[in-house]
Amino acid sequence: MADLLNSPAAWGLALVQGLLFLLAAPLLTAWVRRVKARLQNRRGAPLLQPYRDLYKLFAKEAMVARTTSGLFLAAPYIVFGSTLLAGAVVPLLAVNLPTAAIADVIVLAGFFALGRFFLTLAGMDAGTAFGGMGASREMLVSALAEPALLMAVFTLAMTAHSTNLSSVVAYQLDAGLVLRPSYLFALLGLVLVAIAETGRIPVDNPATHLELTMIHEAMILEYSGRHLALMEGAAQLKLMIYGVLISNIFFPWGIATEFTPAALLLGLVAITAKLALLGVLLAVAETVLAKMRLFRAPEFLNMALLFSVLGLLSHVILEVGA
Amino acid sequence: MSITQLSLLEQAVFVLAALVLFTSFALLGQARLLSTIHLFAWQGLALALVSSLVATATNEPHLYLSALLTLSLKALLIPWMLHRLVRRLELERHAEPLRHPVMVMLAGTALVIFSYWIVLPIERLELAATRNIIAISLAVILIGLLIMVMRRQAVIKVIGFMSMENGLFLAAVAATHGMPLVVELGVAFDVLIAAVLFGVFFFHISESIESLDVDRLNRLRARDKS
Amino acid sequence: MSLLTITVFLPLAGGILLAFVRSSTVAGWINVGLSGLTLAASVALALGVLDSGAYAVPGFHLDAFNVYLVVLTALVGLTTGIFSRPYMAFIRLERGISAKRMRLYHSMYQGFMFTMLLALTTDNLGVLWVAVEGATLATVLLVSLYRTPESVEAAWKYFILCGVGIALALFGTVLVYFAAQHVLTDPAQGLIWTRLHQAAGRLDPAVMSIAFVFLLVGYGTKVGLVPLHNWLPDAHSEGPTPVSAVLSGLLLNVALYAVVRFKMLVDGSLAGTPKAAIAGHLMMGFGLLSFLVAGLFLHRQRDIKRLFSYSSIEHMGLMTFAFGIGGPLATFGALLHMLVHSLTKSAIFITVGHATHIAGTQAIDNIRGLIRTQPAVGWGLLIGVAAIAGFPPFGVFTSEFLLLSATMQSWPWLTVALLMGLAVAFAGLFRHLHPMVYSAAPDGQQAVRANMLPVALHLGLVLWLGLAVPPFLARWLDQATLLITGSRLL
Repeated sequence: MADLLNSPAAWGLALVQGLLFLLAAPLLTAWVRRVKARLQNRRGAPLLQPYRDLYKLFAKEAMVARTTSGLFLAAPYIVFGSTLLAGAVVPLLAVNLPTAAIADVIVLAGFFALGRFFLTLAGMDAGTAFGGMGASREMLVSALAEPALLMAVFTLAMTAHSTNLSSVVAYQLDAGLVLRPSYLFALLGLVLVAIAETGRIPVDNPATHLELTMIHEAMILEYSGRHLALMEGAAQLKLMIYGVLISNIFFPWGIATEFTPAALLLGLVAITAKLALLGVLLAVAETVLAKMRLFRAPEFLNMALLFSVLGLLSHVILEVGA
Repeated sequence: MSITQLSLLEQAVFVLAALVLFTSFALLGQARLLSTIHLFAWQGLALALVSSLVATATNEPHLYLSALLTLSLKALLIPWMLHRLVRRLELERHAEPLRHPVMVMLAGTALVIFSYWIVLPIERLELAATRNIIAISLAVILIGLLIMVMRRQAVIKVIGFMSMENGLFLAAVAATHGMPLVVELGVAFDVLIAAVLFGVFFFHISESIESLDVDRLNRLRARDKS
Repeated sequence: MSLLTITVFLPLAGGILLAFVRSSTVAGWINVGLSGLTLAASVALALGVLDSGAYAVPGFHLDAFNVYLVVLTALVGLTTGIFSRPYMAFIRLERGISAKRMRLYHSMYQGFMFTMLLALTTDNLGVLWVAVEGATLATVLLVSLYRTPESVEAAWKYFILCGVGIALALFGTVLVYFAAQHVLTDPAQGLIWTRLHQAAGRLDPAVMSIAFVFLLVGYGTKVGLVPLHNWLPDAHSEGPTPVSAVLSGLLLNVALYAVVRFKMLVDGSLAGTPKAAIAGHLMMGFGLLSFLVAGLFLHRQRDIKRLFSYSSIEHMGLMTFAFGIGGPLATFGALLHMLVHSLTKSAIFITVGHATHIAGTQAIDNIRGLIRTQPAVGWGLLIGVAAIAGFPPFGVFTSEFLLLSATMQSWPWLTVALLMGLAVAFAGLFRHLHPMVYSAAPDGQQAVRANMLPVALHLGLVLWLGLAVPPFLARWLDQATLLITGSRLL
């Protein structure tokens, strides 16, 4: 580990991985939209559309409301930065990168919480009704989602005896195919949390600005130009991070354990395939399900919490043994 | 014994047992009558799978028979009968939201922990390997009991009752590789008769109180209080 | 065909036959005839067992403990059958019960007898469970025979509570099987009681003690132990009187029999461990609670059948308590008490059937002056209640005296509780009894055709047992005591 930390190649790889997150995130969003469009018998936008949107937004002038404070201006950078940092610690192509030293699930949850905190503050900062509404809804969802997330992740951590993401993935690879009831429940719990946290159907709908239902869109309603681009980028990154988390923790096969070009290439192919599949599943789910009424969101998240608790219990009861 | 020491088949049994437990929770929380019946059928299917997996793992052919019995009885026949009854009693749209869902779920979780606490004293090595699945079965049984206590609708109470039987079956199959055949047939027969009798009762009850909300069956309760 | 096969399976065949007999008059007679044959076969069987000690064919096992219960079951089945024939004919006209339901009644009466006898004679604990559950299934539609809202409610409660209880008992049975898996050479025999009893010392004590809790709660529901007794007064009061008589006289006994059988295994398994007496203590606790609570409940009853069903709970509690104490004296007393309680209680229910017939109601307040209207019924009720309350010289006095002495020996301070409970129950019964028997009869109250022969027979037997336990029966019960506790009383 020590020499790894000093190896410039490894650091380079970590950097590449972070950049890859940044670059691939809009693509994943586009992929989900595209599949969804096809399922609804539309042609859908090309896969590069999000990049064009972001480019367009960066080129535009950013309008800022007069009533806002400096916080409003700083928030997009903080939100984007914290999300990017979160992405940098999640193993995408390979495990045991230098960044693995801080790739702890609690750190991850902390980055997310930081981003969310500023997002909600910024939502309220402009003083509009929608912003405040969105912020309070976001807090409602996240207050329920966070325990479920942590509980699910702890289930994994208890199995791997570590809260380090990289170690968890490595442990999974070592153990081979083991059918664990706790993993099944943790997976289900994590999926529900991911759906809620990334604002997908049935908790929120990323494609609508319907005032009665929106959560995430309500908070960023006041943003324009590059600020909006950063906010959108952060949301896309978050989807990507959750996708990678789910696919690499529960189905780690293919991820590189050594830094040879062949292994890394395999890792790239594997994660692309996994994310593509996950995207299809998400699109199908979003097509089949209807958006829930907001006050049913707690039920949805209680379900996630129940899954996580069952995961924890089944770990203790069924897997540790006497 | 850690799960990694078991064969893949046995791991699958554990996963299915955990799923049976989950369906119990789902039964506990489900408000709509028809969905409850469907969930019950899924639970029966999971049990039949457990049974056939155990049969493969231990090479005991009579378990295939009991798997078949479970499949036909618990996953097909009884849900079908309940379905038909619900249609004849015109209850398809019946939904009864759970009062205090969070508390009930917490109670269910507490029951799981309690079940585990009950089996903890079993320490003898050759028994300890399977005691955990007994804890899961006990939890399924107790949650079935909780369903019967918390729900007022007669059909759902019956489903709670039947899911208790499912828990028993899980214990019998997974922990002891099935009871002797004569007992298993007897139990299956009893369950079938019970299901038929429950059907008869639904009609009697709905005749006598014009509803299946059995909490309204309280004429006799007053007798001891006067 | 052996006597055992006849004893057990004749009622089954009879139940199937009666399902096809259209005339309920004929069915009533067939019912009596079948019960008589069953009794004859069981007596012959019992004599055989008495001579040879134990008797076993694969799947069945007879020893002193269950064979006397077999005879008792067949006897109560016959006398209740004799009572039921004219009584149900009357009820049929009064309540307008359809011929189809009468067929169900007769068929299920024999079906119930079959499950009782099967539960008593089987050697397989799983079959025991199936039979006890079968008894619920057979009687649940009999409880709701009248189809009044109250009877439907009572049957539903009976079904649900006993169903839940019995499910827990099955879990206990599974645990016993689980414990046996690793002990017996042939695991498939893990439910054969005789094998388990031989190997009891090697069964895992932890598993067995957990199992016993479930078995006690499970079968205890059927015994009617407080706090799981709720179904019992309802089912007894709303069902037809012959059903109340067999439920109280037989079903409760068989459930208790099951508990005691399991206790024998658990005691064997726990012997020598620090928790050796846990099964006994649990039974004592539940038993004493039932005994005291039911005694108090006697005071507030307004329905005559509910009154006597609470009295059943009280006595079952006493027996459970006594089996819990263990030891030859208490066990001998409990066995005798099972016998006399069954006989007395079914006699009382038969008399109550006639009394409600005379008064046209089950409400205690409206049953008046029985002894003036129909002396036989009045006297029958008076003597029956005197017997059940523990008056000398009846058999209940003898057995209660034995139980009190046993308690005095091992738990002296609990004797106070027992005596108080007996006094409370005594007062509870007599405050209701006195006006029913003695006060002025309402105008126009008329005597009915009543066959008091079964009552006289039962009470005569109870009196005999009170005056002197015949040597053959004493030897018989002593053998059973030896079997259960490992030592003789006499």
